[in-house]
Amino acid sequence: MSKKLLQVQDLHVSYGAIDAIKGVDLYVNEGEVVTILGANGAGKTTTLRTISGLLKSKGGSIFFDNQDITSTSAHEIVAMGMSHSPEGRRVFATLSVEENLMMGAYTLKKYDKKTLEWIYEILPRLQERKQQLAGTLSGGEQQMLAIGRAIMSKPKLLILDEPSLGLAPVLIKVIFKAIKQISQAGVTVLLVEQNAKAALKLANRGYVLELGKITHEGSSEDLLNSEVIQEAYLGKKK
Amino acid sequence: MDIFLQQLVNGLTIGSLYALVALGYTMVYGVMKLINFAHGDLVALSAFVGLTVYTQIFGEGVSSLIAIIVVFVFTAAIIAFVGVLLERLAYRPLRTAPRLSAVVSALGAGLVIQNTIMLMWGPNMKIFPSNLFPQTLWDFGGVVMTFTQVMILGLSSVLMVALFLFINKTKMGTAIRATAIDQDAAKLMGINVNRIIMVIFIIGSALGAVAGLFIGIYYRGITFDMGWLYGLNAFVAAIMGGIGNIPGAMLGGLMLGLFNAMITGYISTQWAETFTFILLIVILIFRPTGILGEKVAEKV
Repeated sequence: MSKKLLQVQDLHVSYGAIDAIKGVDLYVNEGEVVTILGANGAGKTTTLRTISGLLKSKGGSIFFDNQDITSTSAHEIVAMGMSHSPEGRRVFATLSVEENLMMGAYTLKKYDKKTLEWIYEILPRLQERKQQLAGTLSGGEQQMLAIGRAIMSKPKLLILDEPSLGLAPVLIKVIFKAIKQISQAGVTVLLVEQNAKAALKLANRGYVLELGKITHEGSSEDLLNSEVIQEAYLGKKK
Repeated sequence: MDIFLQQLVNGLTIGSLYALVALGYTMVYGVMKLINFAHGDLVALSAFVGLTVYTQIFGEGVSSLIAIIVVFVFTAAIIAFVGVLLERLAYRPLRTAPRLSAVVSALGAGLVIQNTIMLMWGPNMKIFPSNLFPQTLWDFGGVVMTFTQVMILGLSSVLMVALFLFINKTKMGTAIRATAIDQDAAKLMGINVNRIIMVIFIIGSALGAVAGLFIGIYYRGITFDMGWLYGLNAFVAAIMGGIGNIPGAMLGGLMLGLFNAMITGYISTQWAETFTFILLIVILIFRPTGILGEKVAEKV
């Protein structure tokens, strides 16, 4: 049996009096690509932000690499080997592309040259623009940078929040191809997506989050063939 | 012409001091979006601490390079420590509170420091000994420069260049800029934001401390409430240059010093403050984000 790299048990998160996450259980095995699907406001981003330590949970536990990280602060979690590329890309606009990548490697004593070369190989646009300020990049390029920046820390688990949001179809293809290459290099991936079809094609397993609760889970194949999922997320009519 | 050149020298001197203090305001604002109103009082505290360090360790009348270095380093270290303490006690508990609460806390902390100075050193003006720096003068055809002025201009320039290189060329400096842009994203890079804020307070307070010592050495008379005056001028300088912008604070400080000196030289000392604020209003009307403004990445 493969090792559980990430395990979330009965997670509860609230914003003031409003409960956003109401008991989420999920796990990610080492080497897997797992996707979380769901509509706007289902709690996907909240779940990810809680896992990576930006939000405090109200109840439940989060284990990463056999350690309890439920109340560990965000910067320490990065040093443990989890990297989170946030929703909306959040690149440092007035830093150059190269400086952004260097910040990705902040937890390492010195950045890893091979990792940087590899990022330039799978996302060549970044190398062309390495001297440019990140804020001058197009949306797709900023997304590439956000992903590249996240793997500069050489993570065991890469968390991606809506990497295809607002991108042209041709760029979505580039992004998904890069995610596939990152996964093939041995990085475990937890992917949140609205583009359910593309996400399920890439993932081994998936969860469906609705109003703060997991309503369906299963292998990508099962989810792709499930009528409920097809209707709600893949745009097929019965 | 002589008046102009003399006021140019005087203006650059006082402008360097404003710039050093303005850097403290602008760095804290850049990362925390908070105006550290207690910063000016730290500057005043530095002058008093420096006076005590000097008279206690060396005794009045001793002037040597060692004495100068010890007084500056020791005082800067103490003020940096007080700055870190200030952040821990007055600002960190209010990190997620509305900004207004933090501003009130800053004003309160300023009063606490001011009154602490008054209780420890008394309410009367203290006189800085005249002999920490040699009393050498240089006369360039009517324009006089003192050793103190040369030291102020020289050391301020060195410190500002060092800060500029630190912020732009080192990993920690880049992390400071990243944190100023987006704290959550910085945390996701593994940056310990609390540590960055501590570094900001150490640097800002130490630069303020150097300015405070120079104020004591240059003007001689120091009072417990002088932090308000220098703090306000430096704050204006930071806003003129574009608050949150480090080169802006340097530029704003120098400009304000020059402007002040020219008004003093050609109109009158009494009008200097009035014109300072008229200048501030004019700049804010035409350049609301200051002369250099916040750096904005533009699409090409």
